[in-house]
Amino acid sequence: MTGPALLSTVIWLPILAGIAVLFTGSDRNANLARWLALAGALAGFLVALPLYANFDAAAHGMQFVEMTPWIEAYNINYHLGIDGISLLLILMNTFTTVLVVLAGWRVIDSRVGQYMAAFLVLSGMMNGVFCAMDAALFYVFFEATLIPMFIVIGVWGGPNRVYAALKFFLYTLLGSLLTLVAFIYLYTASGASFALLDYYRLQIPLSAQILLFIAFFAAFAVKVPMFPVHTWLPDAHVEAPTGGSVVLAAVMLKLGAYGFIRLSLPILPDASHVLAPVVIGLSLAAVVYIGLVALVQTDMKKLIAYSSISHMGFVTLGVFLFNTLGMQGAVIQMVSHGFVSGALFLCVGVLYDRMHSRLISDYGGVVNKMPVFAAFFMLFAMANSGLPGTSGFVGEFLVVMGAMQLNFWYAAAAGTTLLFGAAYTLWMYKRVVFGAVANSHVEALSDIGARESLVLALAAVAVLGMGLYPQAFASVLHISVGDVLALAMKSKL
Amino acid sequence: MSYEIPDFLLAAPEIFMLTMVSAILVVDLFLPDRRRVWTYILTQITLIATAGIILVAGGEDVAYTFNGMFVGDPMSDVLKIAVCLTVAVMLAYSRSYASFRGIYRGEFFVLSLFSTLGMMVMISANHFLVLYLGLELMSLSLYAMVALPRDSGISTEAAMKYFVLGALASGMLLYGLSMIYGATGSLEVTEVAQRIADGDAIPTILIFGLVFVVAGIGFKLGAVPFHMWVPDVYHGAPTAVTLLIGTAPKLASFAFIMRLLVQALGIQQLLVEWQQMLVLLAVASLAIGNITAIAQTNLKRMLAYSTISHMGFLLLGILSGTIEGFGAAMFYSIVYVLTALGTFGMILLLSRQGFEAENLEDFRGLNQRNPWYAFVMLLLMFSMAGIPPTMGFWAKLFVLQAVLSAGYIWLAVVAVMFSLVGAFYYLRVVKLMYFDAPTDAHPIEPYADVRVLMSVNGLAVIVLGLTPGALLAVCQRAIQLSL
Repeated sequence: MTGPALLSTVIWLPILAGIAVLFTGSDRNANLARWLALAGALAGFLVALPLYANFDAAAHGMQFVEMTPWIEAYNINYHLGIDGISLLLILMNTFTTVLVVLAGWRVIDSRVGQYMAAFLVLSGMMNGVFCAMDAALFYVFFEATLIPMFIVIGVWGGPNRVYAALKFFLYTLLGSLLTLVAFIYLYTASGASFALLDYYRLQIPLSAQILLFIAFFAAFAVKVPMFPVHTWLPDAHVEAPTGGSVVLAAVMLKLGAYGFIRLSLPILPDASHVLAPVVIGLSLAAVVYIGLVALVQTDMKKLIAYSSISHMGFVTLGVFLFNTLGMQGAVIQMVSHGFVSGALFLCVGVLYDRMHSRLISDYGGVVNKMPVFAAFFMLFAMANSGLPGTSGFVGEFLVVMGAMQLNFWYAAAAGTTLLFGAAYTLWMYKRVVFGAVANSHVEALSDIGARESLVLALAAVAVLGMGLYPQAFASVLHISVGDVLALAMKSKL
Repeated sequence: MSYEIPDFLLAAPEIFMLTMVSAILVVDLFLPDRRRVWTYILTQITLIATAGIILVAGGEDVAYTFNGMFVGDPMSDVLKIAVCLTVAVMLAYSRSYASFRGIYRGEFFVLSLFSTLGMMVMISANHFLVLYLGLELMSLSLYAMVALPRDSGISTEAAMKYFVLGALASGMLLYGLSMIYGATGSLEVTEVAQRIADGDAIPTILIFGLVFVVAGIGFKLGAVPFHMWVPDVYHGAPTAVTLLIGTAPKLASFAFIMRLLVQALGIQQLLVEWQQMLVLLAVASLAIGNITAIAQTNLKRMLAYSTISHMGFLLLGILSGTIEGFGAAMFYSIVYVLTALGTFGMILLLSRQGFEAENLEDFRGLNQRNPWYAFVMLLLMFSMAGIPPTMGFWAKLFVLQAVLSAGYIWLAVVAVMFSLVGAFYYLRVVKLMYFDAPTDAHPIEPYADVRVLMSVNGLAVIVLGLTPGALLAVCQRAIQLSL
């Protein structure tokens, strides 16, 4: 164990920075708010780096553990700890926060302090979800993330933002409330404990496991989101401001998948096995059907939103294959999708800021006016279609291999994404970027400036780095994935 | 029977308060209107001092006095302190409102204190008649307070409704109590419990009485199907009085239920009987309260229906029938009161001469008018909805835990589903404050003390949300030591 309370710092530093930003007050101090937020986000990322440096990839179990009694009457502890899976997600989350702060630098010009504060607080809370080893703590962080995102969508969102914000909030709340009941049930069954590690050891009969699985599923499937409870996501994405979309796609969706890995599989191994075919079926439906749905979208943000659902289908597929390749692929896909979809939303944001339209038909020939931007956009589009050498390839390849071990047809169905993914992404790219300049608005476009270049370059480094040297990411995963699978394979009946 | 000098010390807070109210009543007569602030200050001193006396005199043991009619136990101490402080905060919030509504008069303060005294007597009663005495002292003061703006038709109507239905409820309650008296031959809480445990009571009459008692409780608490008065009274009463009705009496009602149902009639067979009745009341309250609240455009009415649903949740904690459950319910009631104080306080804060911020629309764009109050209101609304990290979440969690451990899984699921419905209308308030543009540009300029209190109130919601352990421990311990 290194340094005092590293995980607490990772969680609370961004939250405190967010509160400080909130106190900059009105928009007269907008610049102060921006710089303070950037400092907070950078500090948040920097304090997460020692986690990676000091992480012992060869050790089993949780690392950097912190444990303090919180509510003694109910045996609730402030218990934190991470494994390789959480580690990668924390790094991705803190990195994304920096991008979001930079991306909203000029675009957001009203209530800047509140906007920046919301993202910093959100970032800290999501780190909390990834670190929590106590069910009550997990739930508090998991739920609390809804509040800043609700505000972000509702205040800075598009014309239909109220509908989208309410739908987002209520839809996800519905799922998590059932999880709360499940947690309380487990608390009672385990003899008054909220510790996840106790739940891992708890013997639960199959009938109860299945009910609990459904309760967890309600929360996590909505969050991922899996087909057919995905309908809130396109609305939320379309209406959210760029930063909101980025965080939503890059990090928030991962909370659901993370929940499956951290809670459903190890606590309810038997139910997970019994219901795996259903989950796999839904995942494949997401991959294939939603991939086709993405093909016909006319709105760029909607297209990327559907592409997200389709890619997240890969994640849930990988998780429920119960083999190392699948699980490892799923986690890598989670991180990679965070970078890629985040970057794509940033690209759409760049265009939207200039044209105030997300419709593909309003564009055409953008490359003539914005060559630098077109190059970045190209890279991310390729990554989204899973081109080898980009991060998108690694995860998908591993999951398809994992699926092949289990069943050829799973793999075949999953493999179609390479086709559909390329089709919808590149077709969109072609219509927006290539060709002759479509209209006078496009004619008036100016290429990205230094700040936007910096944001996209950072994202590009992450995408390429992960694609070219996946070992840096996979190495910390190996033992952790093995641990989760070991728990998931051990029957509790 | 020889005469025993009762232990007056145990009732010192009540005696002190009564003396002070009488003094204030006289002093106020000689004060001209511009010196009215002295009445206010004296009232505040009384309330704070009473809380102080309870804090100092309170112990860890259960003691009886006045021939077993009056009890002092940790539960009553905690609740009485909470009641006194709640009324003190309520008076601070309503000072400016009361003056422009023309109810900033001696009666307002004296009646507030008398109702507080009634609540304190109710909380400490160990005898059905004392319980009733406290209840009536509280209720009659409140009826009169609702009618304070006597030229207002809507207030008079509300007062009339409140009075008639309140009297009906009292009648039911008395009828029920008389049955229990008939069945057991005693009016003393501990004595009744003893007789029932010994099997000396006539079961049929007892259960008959129980039904009426539960109906009376339902009325006082505002649980469905006895909730009809709640929205009209909340709406019709001047907001300062609504604030009083919506907060402190809930604490007294909690004690009332504990004394009657748990301490007097809490023996196993009877417990099962009233559990079933409370299940019905709780589920109906959760359903009607939450669903009807959606349709309201008046914030006071919306909060009235929200109160009904919260009382349903409170009943859930009690019907679990375990020490933990009672502790959770007590925690819930204190958390609810703290949140409701802030919420109604916000209405008072936004109101001004000739304008009541009682419609949902009046909160439009509050974030642009005053971000800090908008943020406080946001915290309060999320606490009402039970979203972490606010304290409202913990209150719900602990109650749900009690319900589940009592074996009512379906009840817990019903409760969370209605919380989801509830979340919608609380979110609507947040939406109005944050997503919409303001239609009202008047500056918001409360007194400095209100500003501080409101900020503390809002921060308490989040601070207690992050560290609920201490308050919970106080509640759990108080219940453990008192039962």
